[in-house]
Amino acid sequence: MSLAMLSVHDLVVVFDTPAGVVRAVDGVSFELEPEETLALVGESGSGKSLSALAVLRLVPHPGRVESGRVFFQERNLLRAAESELRKIRGRELAMVFQDPLSALHPMLTVERQLSEVLETHAGLTRRGARARVVAALGEVGLSEPERFLGAYPHELSGGQRQRVLIAMALLMRPRVLFADEPTTALDVTIQAQILDLIAELQRQHGTGVVLITHDLGIVAGRADRVQVLYAGRTVEGASTRALFARPLHPYSAALLASVARLDAPAATLPSAIPGQPPDPLERPEGCAFHPRCALATDTCRRTRPELEEPRGASGRRTACFESAQLLLRP
Amino acid sequence: MILFLVRRALWFLLTLWVVATLSFVLMRSVRGGPFSGERALHPSVEAALRERYHLDWPMWKQYLQYVGPLNLDGHGPRFVGGDGSDRFTGLFALDLGPSFHYRDFTVDDILRQSLPVSLALGALALAWALILGLTAGVLSALWRGRALDVGVRLVATLGIALPNFVLAGLLVLALSFGAGLLPPAGWGEPRHALLPSFVLGAPFAAYVARLTRSGMLEVLSQDFVRTAVAKGLPRRTVVLRHALRAGILPVVSYLGPAAAGILTGSLVVEKIFAIPGTGTHFVNSALNRDYTLAMGVTLLYTALVFALNTLVDVAYTLLDPRIRLEDA
Amino acid sequence: MAAPPPPAPSAIGEELLREAARARGRGLFQEARARLAENRPARWSLRLLVGLALGALLAPLLPLPSPMALALSEEPGPPSLAEPWNRGWRHRVTLTFRFDEPMESRELFLRAESALLGLVTLATRVRPEVIPIRAQGRVTALELALPYRPEFDPHLGSQLEDELAQHLAGRLEQGRLRLKNGGAVAVSFLGASAENGYWELNALDRLLLDLRQRLFGFHQTGALLGTDAQGRDLLSRLVWGSRVSLTVALAAALVSLVIGVSVGAVAGYLGGWVDALLMRVVDVLYSIPFLFVVIFVITLLHGYRAELEAHGIGHLTAFYAVLGLFTWLTMARVVRGQVLALRHREFVAAARLVGASHARILWTHVLPNVLGIVLVYLTLTIPSVMLLESFLSFLGLGVEPPRVSWGLLAADAMEAINPLRSFWWLVVWPAVAMGGTLLALNVLGDGLRDALDPKLARR
Repeated sequence: MSLAMLSVHDLVVVFDTPAGVVRAVDGVSFELEPEETLALVGESGSGKSLSALAVLRLVPHPGRVESGRVFFQERNLLRAAESELRKIRGRELAMVFQDPLSALHPMLTVERQLSEVLETHAGLTRRGARARVVAALGEVGLSEPERFLGAYPHELSGGQRQRVLIAMALLMRPRVLFADEPTTALDVTIQAQILDLIAELQRQHGTGVVLITHDLGIVAGRADRVQVLYAGRTVEGASTRALFARPLHPYSAALLASVARLDAPAATLPSAIPGQPPDPLERPEGCAFHPRCALATDTCRRTRPELEEPRGASGRRTACFESAQLLLRP
Repeated sequence: MILFLVRRALWFLLTLWVVATLSFVLMRSVRGGPFSGERALHPSVEAALRERYHLDWPMWKQYLQYVGPLNLDGHGPRFVGGDGSDRFTGLFALDLGPSFHYRDFTVDDILRQSLPVSLALGALALAWALILGLTAGVLSALWRGRALDVGVRLVATLGIALPNFVLAGLLVLALSFGAGLLPPAGWGEPRHALLPSFVLGAPFAAYVARLTRSGMLEVLSQDFVRTAVAKGLPRRTVVLRHALRAGILPVVSYLGPAAAGILTGSLVVEKIFAIPGTGTHFVNSALNRDYTLAMGVTLLYTALVFALNTLVDVAYTLLDPRIRLEDA
Repeated sequence: MAAPPPPAPSAIGEELLREAARARGRGLFQEARARLAENRPARWSLRLLVGLALGALLAPLLPLPSPMALALSEEPGPPSLAEPWNRGWRHRVTLTFRFDEPMESRELFLRAESALLGLVTLATRVRPEVIPIRAQGRVTALELALPYRPEFDPHLGSQLEDELAQHLAGRLEQGRLRLKNGGAVAVSFLGASAENGYWELNALDRLLLDLRQRLFGFHQTGALLGTDAQGRDLLSRLVWGSRVSLTVALAAALVSLVIGVSVGAVAGYLGGWVDALLMRVVDVLYSIPFLFVVIFVITLLHGYRAELEAHGIGHLTAFYAVLGLFTWLTMARVVRGQVLALRHREFVAAARLVGASHARILWTHVLPNVLGIVLVYLTLTIPSVMLLESFLSFLGLGVEPPRVSWGLLAADAMEAINPLRSFWWLVVWPAVAMGGTLLALNVLGDGLRDALDPKLARR
């Protein structure tokens, strides 16, 4: 067991579908230290959101956590009683979801939705909580926060709603904040603002942040470490700088290549990764990425690579038999 | 809001006017009025009654008299103050005319006596429907797939399928004549109201249970419920404040048709349990060819249903801030 | 600088194209039918309803007792298995011949029987059934039962009695009937009595009744479900009652289909003021609790009974028509909503571009898509109309005796139950019948709705 604040080991989340059992998360592990930002990156269907939901035990039916351990505050959350979990959710571990319009209750005012967190966890009354609610709204950059108290979610703009969600999540100063695609539903112009907000609040309150996204572009400059997921498995883990400088997995390399960069020549387009992520019901044998991989060998096709530290690169992990090739590239 | 209510009021008046006019035309143009019953009347008696009901006036005059507000009786139109008996007449003055069958009473008298009874019965039935239905629906959704859910769905489908008089028969057989627990007929004490209101409300309880269940199931899988759980809120709060408030909307819109259905069903239930309500009078008026009473009850119930529907629309917008009155 | 060359088609791209070409979606109706087939309760409901419909249609053919009151018992009889298959069908003309003297031998009796048989057969051209009447072990009279025909009915002015009396008198010698091959018996003709077990039936029903008589003679089932206070067999009344209930439902459904779909489609498609006007009318009519209006109208129509009947519109038909006139409202609304949604879809615009006329578009494009929801609402209209009919009959404003409907049965039940004696069968069997049928209709309707729901579409 490590000393990390939150550590997840070999998490397996499955779905019972009429067509069979789907392993949406197939043995994912990650850790989070206090005050650091970890980015979980992957295409849709890679299992990144589900991993976060599993930590909070929010996996929707017909999914369930099949195995794994989640250690937080010296407890295995997957074994804890529901009543204990309720004390942790919203207080020690918080989550901000992807679409703020659907994540907020359409018929309750902003004030109600925020103050009920304080009523539940801090034992305040509605009136007593108001000051803190206003302060929280101001903290996330909403000017004249009082006028948002009586507002309903559909009356706000996308950016405003996401700020409200963030304020709601941070009310009790949680140790860890899971941000699941916090900017995907927003305009490009607002995206940067929200991400900067999250980073700023993290600095202020010392929160650990797990940033879940499919967009490697927003990870740079905002996450300390990156973990790349593919088909329910971790394929690479490294510090952001190291990964961007030299990816050690063909998938990470392809992801990087597909990000449009300001410093690339004008006429080049980002290259898409050929093919599709595998059907979760029919994952290929061996390495899950091999059908789309330019470096695939017979070993790749037969044996599943383990996540391990490659020779010559410490502090990093990758699940690829051919990582040596990537290490040697210019 | 004001504009909405004003528009509604206008539609209301239009609807009532249409019903009143149509009924009047049908009534007067058809054979078989109050004098075609089994008892043959002495010609002088018949003549007196004819005069009293203004049946020898020209049609337009009878119509105007019926609608009011002017009393065209006697010597030309006049507004007469005083004891009020000759002042305003007709629908505008809420005067529904004299009963053709109960010769000493006006329709208003009869309604005044019987309406509170029917309203009480209807309100109780609605209470049954909501309390039973909501509880069953919520529990059914929460324990989806388990025995309780299956049981509730089965009972609900039966409740919708069985006509209320059949249910009444079975229950009277079992509870009144079998176990002797409840009186099979009559009105006056609380225990008289128990069985009839239950029978009246049962089919609607079943429908409410169904609507609540499906509404809740849909809501429970929504993102905002997930957010509520992620915030660490206690289960009861999530279910009642978050899920139910959103899932209850179809039930609220159903209240309108439910109220109308309860009014309709009361005709049968009142007959079975010998309850002296407006429904009984209506049925009897149909059998006795008491047209004014029949029309009066029809107008009254139309007005009631209209008012309730408007109330429901307003309540709907109050519940869901996303919906504006104009859309209702 | 030249533009980069387009990327060469990759192997994966080709694979995708091939897969797309192979994929073949299922049409909405096949999809729906498949889904419905998997729905067990819905399948059983369908079977039940078909069985019910067949039973109703062939009611005259079934060997059931007559549903009319012909006995004068005062108490309802419980279900009994005594005599489950007897010869007591009360739809006959009975010719009674009494033997005035005891007969010496059985052989004489048989010849007498055969002679009387021949006499009647000759007169009526129908072979009667013989029912011996015994007293103290000896046959004292013979009842010859003819299948009921109006021409045999003395109440309807039949001369049969007189004819037979004359024929018999012609064969008498000194008051005794002379038999072929010698011998004579003293016999007198007591007369004909007729029992008409059914109200006026149409031609098809009379045919079926005739067929039943040929197949089963005067056999009938016993009081399997019990009898009511007037001795009427409950099973028979349930079956005959189902005819009215089902016919009412179908008739009203048909009317609501034709009027509702037309109004709704026109309103939804043309939009504008036409739509506004039609929907306003529907709204106004909708806000009137229509049971009241129906009762009102029915009461009014009573005054015109004679005229309507002269035109062949019986009380029942008028009743059906009135019911139907009020059930099209929901259908119109629903269809309008659907058409409105469809109107803005691309395929309609495409059709207009190609030059199709409004009518053609309505017929070939819009209506097939509306069919699904229409079907669902039909199966939901039918139970509500059945309920309406039973309500009205229960209140005494619908079907009138001697005809029977399930609503009337329930009304009879309510009259009969009292705290002293529990006549449970009068309540339970109609409850089962009505509840079961309505349940089946609801389950089928739900099944259809689920089957046609595009949101549940699978690959």
